[in-house]
Amino acid sequence: MRWLRLQMRAGLRAARQMARQPFNTLLAALVVGIAAALPATGYMLLGNLQRLAGNVSAAPEISVFMRPEAAPDVVKATQPRIASLAAGARIELIPREAALKRFRDNDALAEILDALPENPFADAFIVRLDDADAAQLEALREKLTALPDVEHVQLDSAWAKRLDAMIALGRQALLMLGGVLGLGLVAVTFNTIRLQLLTQRDEIEVSRLLGATDAWIRRPFHWFGALQGLLGGLLAGALTLAATHALAVPVAGLAGLYSLEFVLHPLDPLAWAVLLGLCATLGLLGASASVRRHLSRIA
Amino acid sequence: MIRFEQVTKRYPGGHTALDAFDCDIERGEMVVLSGHSGAGKSTVLRLLAVLERPSQGRVLVGGEDVSALRRAALPWWRRSIGLVMQDQRLLFDRSAFENVMLPLSISGHPPREATARVQAALERVGLAGRDTSMPVELSGGEQQRLSIARAIVNRPQILLADEPTAHLDDAYARDIADLFRSFNDAGVTVLLTTHDDALFAGHAPRRLVLSQGKLQ
Repeated sequence: MRWLRLQMRAGLRAARQMARQPFNTLLAALVVGIAAALPATGYMLLGNLQRLAGNVSAAPEISVFMRPEAAPDVVKATQPRIASLAAGARIELIPREAALKRFRDNDALAEILDALPENPFADAFIVRLDDADAAQLEALREKLTALPDVEHVQLDSAWAKRLDAMIALGRQALLMLGGVLGLGLVAVTFNTIRLQLLTQRDEIEVSRLLGATDAWIRRPFHWFGALQGLLGGLLAGALTLAATHALAVPVAGLAGLYSLEFVLHPLDPLAWAVLLGLCATLGLLGASASVRRHLSRIA
Repeated sequence: MIRFEQVTKRYPGGHTALDAFDCDIERGEMVVLSGHSGAGKSTVLRLLAVLERPSQGRVLVGGEDVSALRRAALPWWRRSIGLVMQDQRLLFDRSAFENVMLPLSISGHPPREATARVQAALERVGLAGRDTSMPVELSGGEQQRLSIARAIVNRPQILLADEPTAHLDDAYARDIADLFRSFNDAGVTVLLTTHDDALFAGHAPRRLVLSQGKLQ
């Protein structure tokens, strides 16, 4: 109880000290906020990309293109063969005439198609699987390629796999960036607390004369670092939120070009909590290191 | 209660501030240390407050050697004494109230009790109603009173004052001397230094004169 009371008082002292210098406090928090906003925004974007890739990977598709000269009865016989290889898959035949009609509907392509002597499209099957991992898909692709009169088999989820790989790379880069900026955040707090110690040198000396323990002197500085980190975290969260709103319309437009309905999601409550907790902890670490380093020099 | 046993304080440059100093001070006594500048008066107080350690000898309080206290134990010792420094060491960005509140905040007193004690201490030194004043708004004598209020707010059994009347005019100095006498009358052991022998002549039953680090 006494410990809690002392902590609360130290926290109040730190908050008062911050309120006494609002401009300096805001400036320091802004530096922390910008440093934390970069990885936070990166995390938010990666999370959204992952969601996008997850949605696509959840329904993998395989396109099976027949040879143009394949006889109709061979094409017809191919469907049950595919069904036997891909159990439970939904198989849709897209006849070459239907493909031609679909492209003719596009004015720009219609002229090009008219110039061609014959229908360039082949009969094709779209194989939709409910669930399959990359290895299963690859094995199925090989089997489908071996079917009679099949010219080409395309994994339509390949781009999602590439996206997954890019996300993994991005996550790694984000971790490194977060680590470096986290160190920067610790350094910023270290320096702020060093200046605070110099500013409050008289008070520290007098407090020691009056019987203050090192813990009593250290406590408000620890709180100062943690509160500054927390404030910086809040600013970082706000900047990330602003980025989400600013990017929402262009991202939706881009998704529309790929016939996707995609809404950019902001940081969820858990991510907010992690961001604030991490910033406060890093601030506390910076303050703790600074106090340990500099307090002993104040006699 | 307080005993200096063959205490010598030698500084790294070779200067000897105290030389085999012996002295006994009884509980509730008021002792005035006088002597010329550099005689070792302030060193006696600094050794008793354990702001410095003796080169030789022991400083005993109630039988305990305070000069051998571990660093971690010093805060608790300093909370049990009242210390008035020559340069007052007030915090000029804090109000009179906040300056006097500092020792109670350090010792973790509940706010309501602490506020009552601060008001009582300010009243005791004649600064009632000046609690919101900043030190810079107070006269030299009032600033000294404020530092005394801060020293007594923890209700110490021992009050140490280093040249408390330095830089004050005669009227203010007499007020301060009377104040220390009244604390002593209330049972507080008072040890103070002065270069003005006449000022405390009527107040202190015992005067010690130091010269070159030795009692005369």
